Formats: sequence, structure tokens, C-alpha cells
Amino acid sequence: MKRTWYSYPYLVWMVIFIVIPFLLLLFYTFTVNTDKGLMFTLDHIKRLWDPIYLMVLLRSIVLAIICTIICLIIGYPVGLILASREYRSKKVLALLFVIPMWINFLLRTYAWMTLLEKDGLVYTILKFFRVPNPQLLYTDQAVVLGMVYNFLPFMVLPIYSVLTKLDKNIIEAAEDLGANYITILKRVIVPLSLPGVISGITMVFMPAVTTFIISRLLGGGHYILVGNLIEQQFMVVGDWHFGSAISFVLMVVILVSMGIMRKYDNEYEGGAIW
Amino acid sequence: MVTRLVKRIYLYLIFMFLYAPIVVLVVYSFNQSKSRGHWGGFTLKWYLELFKDTEISRALYNTIMIAILSAVIATILGTAAAIGIHDMKKIPKAIVMNLTYLPVLNPEIVTGVSLMLLFVFSKAITRIGLGFFTMLLSHITFNIPYVILSVLPKLKQLNKHIYEAALDLGATPFYALWRVVVPEILPGILTGFMLAFTLSIDDFVISFFTTGSGVSNLSIYVYSMARRGVNPKINALSTIMFLTVLILLLIVNKRMSKDNSHAKEGVK
Repeated sequence: MKRTWYSYPYLVWMVIFIVIPFLLLLFYTFTVNTDKGLMFTLDHIKRLWDPIYLMVLLRSIVLAIICTIICLIIGYPVGLILASREYRSKKVLALLFVIPMWINFLLRTYAWMTLLEKDGLVYTILKFFRVPNPQLLYTDQAVVLGMVYNFLPFMVLPIYSVLTKLDKNIIEAAEDLGANYITILKRVIVPLSLPGVISGITMVFMPAVTTFIISRLLGGGHYILVGNLIEQQFMVVGDWHFGSAISFVLMVVILVSMGIMRKYDNEYEGGAIW
Repeated sequence: MVTRLVKRIYLYLIFMFLYAPIVVLVVYSFNQSKSRGHWGGFTLKWYLELFKDTEISRALYNTIMIAILSAVIATILGTAAAIGIHDMKKIPKAIVMNLTYLPVLNPEIVTGVSLMLLFVFSKAITRIGLGFFTMLLSHITFNIPYVILSVLPKLKQLNKHIYEAALDLGATPFYALWRVVVPEILPGILTGFMLAFTLSIDDFVISFFTTGSGVSNLSIYVYSMARRGVNPKINALSTIMFLTVLILLLIVNKRMSKDNSHAKEGVK
């Protein structure tokens, strides 16, 4: 009794709305309109090597790395504390961590705009402590802050879920063998939680590189990350060929790095790309 | 004892970091004074202005219509697809699953941009301009994989002999599917539906690229207003949206814990 044909409507749908758009993206990436009609070209990809655009790419990657590191430093202890068995209410605490994730991404970012703007709450507090003329909104720091705020749960939750599954007997064994807490942390807990850390890093880094909302709202109009660059090419400049080329490169970079990350992920159960 | 206190304080600080902006937003939505530095007294005028705004009510209508339609269509297509995929042989299955994961893993902005290319490119043939309909098609597209991914595990758990038993007892394949298989995988279908619904309501990036002039959903509306700076009306809108999400989440959570306790009883 094979019912494979049940999936045919879906397959048709995916070919139309996933495969064909992807081919169109490729088409725009590698063609150029000339007098003689459409021609194959690598110019759009080469144009990305222009220092202006390389700087944009570099800046996006650097900010995303900073954001990922901060999330890891802040988030690992949170996962550790949430997973420790002292709290009977740890399910509630984990839920409290998830709730902000369900609030619209834009609203969460917008909330920081209200706090950071001139005459906002943080501004007023800093003024009260006589910090001279604090410029908060529309800076690199504001963008990183927005990223950390939005993506922190993506770091904490995978770490938390790996740590709760950790066999408590292993830790007890280490204690019996005379290890103190620091040693246990260094030699037992951290190595065993690495799969969670890796998926946390992936889940924070990927959206941080591609965001254009956070950089637009907290970084201001002049602020350019690779996401803004793509948006600009399509919505303002109208250069779809170059816009497609940037999107294509971004996609390749993301999928390849995800594939590499997955290779190190022990928890990975197959089925996905690669 | 000291480490325990430190842990507690650390956790509270993180929760403050997560919730303070939202609380401030909610409080300011009742602030009389338009400058946010000080408190000008309690007011509901931003809410009144919000309800008078026809653009917002149209955006709200679009958001909800698209969320319902896309979730229903994606659930039907996705469930059927999951049943089909479950019966596939290894290699076709691997190919289809990779295709399914693509929109999940791909950066949203790339999915949005490539769908926009499709719609603009096909406009000459289909005569469908960017707008409500293209946004709906895009939402269905990014929702289906999530439905499939929540239904497939339930199918794996399913005891296939029940279905065969139904056939032996004379049920037609479709009747057996409808009365035996679907009720068994219903929790997965419902999870997929809820996931699709919330993802659709929450989406900004893909909607932004696949909609045309004049048609916006709430996210796009908030974005276009926030780009011009802080506005108390958005605070009021945010508060309403936040409360709605919170209530929905509480309902879902209650449902899920009920499901779990049923499952546990079943094991006993």
C-alpha cells in the first residue's frame, strides 16, 4: 500500500515556489543585459570584491561574531543554571525564556529604540549620572545590543536542552573520583555540552549575519550590513542582477558553514542537507 | 549557599534584560506625554488613535486572513506530503527531505528575494501583481516544511499494523486513512498548524519582499512607522500584540501539558 502520490501536490508546489525561484536567482546572478541580449557573466560576483562591498561583508561578519561571542558568554551560564537540578521550577523558568521569542521580532527591536533614543529611559538615566552627551541609538553598540537581545534565547535553549539530558551519574562519578566543581565543569560538563554549544552558535550567527531590520532600526539609515545591501539593491537601486549575486553568495556561505557545523554536531540525526 | 545566591541574581538580571524593554514599552503606551523621558499621566488616547486608524485595521485584516489561509492550506498540503514522504523509498525520501529543509535553513532574505523574482518574472503570464495573493503564496511556501517536520515524527511512531487491520476489516484505503491514521497523527497536525499560524503572523522579511504597494501586514506597518522613529501608537499596538501572544501561548501550553499527561497515562 504505497501512498507516495499523496506528496505529489507538495512536490509540484515546491518545484514552483522553491526550485524555480532558486534557478531565477542563479539566472540573474550570472547574466547581464547587453545590446545583443542576455549574456553570461561573472561580473556581478566579481563586483563583490570591490573594497566597498567587501567592507560591508566584513562588517556584517565581525558584528555577527561579536554578537555570537557575547551570547555564548552570557548564555552558557544561563543554560547551566536553568539545567541545574536545584530549581524545581526549571520548566517555568525555561518557559519564561521562550516567551520573548514569540513576540514579534520587530517589536522587540523597536522596544530598544524607545529605550535608547534621545530622551529615552536609558538616555535619561545616563544623563542623571552626568554622562556627557550619550549617543546611544544609531551606533555599532546599539546594533550588537539588539542582536544579542533578539538571539540570546537561540543560544541558551540548545545548551539547556543538552545539559538537561546529561547523565547525572557521570558528574557524580567525577565527584567521587575527587574532582572539584571547576574541574568537573572543564573536563566533563563543557565537553559533553559541545553539541548544544555548536548548534547555539549556528542559530545565533546565521540570523545575525543576514539581519537587515536590526541594523536598519537601531543603526539608522546610513547603516549598511549585507542584509541592507541586498534590500537596497532590490528595493531602491533596482539592480536585480547584483542583488541576486549578493544573495547567492550569502546563501552559499550560510549553507556551507552550516554543513561544516553539522559535521561536528553529534546530536545530528540525518535528513537535512549534506 | 553563596554560589546559589549568585546564580539566582544572575538569572534575575538576565530576565530583567529580557523583559525590561517589553515592560517599558507597555508602560509607555499609557503615557500622556509624547516625549518618553518623563511620565505625563495615564491615558488611553494612543489606543483610541490606533482603533481610528484605518490603515492599521486593514493591516490587521491582512495579517489574520493570511495567517489563517496559509496555515490551513499548508496543513492540508503538508500532512498529505508527510504521509506520502513516509512511504517513499530511501533515496527519493532523502532528496525530498533535503528540498524540504532548504527553506528552513536558507536565510529568510534569500527566500524572500527569490520568491519576489518569481512573482515579478511570472507576472507577464499570470497577470498577478505583487500583493495579497503573492504574500499568501509565499507564506504557504515557508509554512509547509514546518507542518511536514511536525507530522513526520508522529507517522514514525504510528503502528502500521493498525492501518492494515482496518484494511483487513474491509475499510477502503481512504476511509482507513481518515478514520485510523489521521486521528493518530492529529497532535502532530495540530502542532504543525499552530506553528504555521504563528510563523505567518510573525513573518516580516518574506512578506516585505513579496508584497506590493498598498498591501501590508502588521509587521510591515510597524517597520514602516518605526523607520521614521518612535511613535506612541506603535507602543499601544505592541502592547495589544504582546498580550495576544501571551494568551495564545498560555492556551497552547495548557493544551500541550494536557497532551503530555494523557501520554503518560497511556504508558501506565
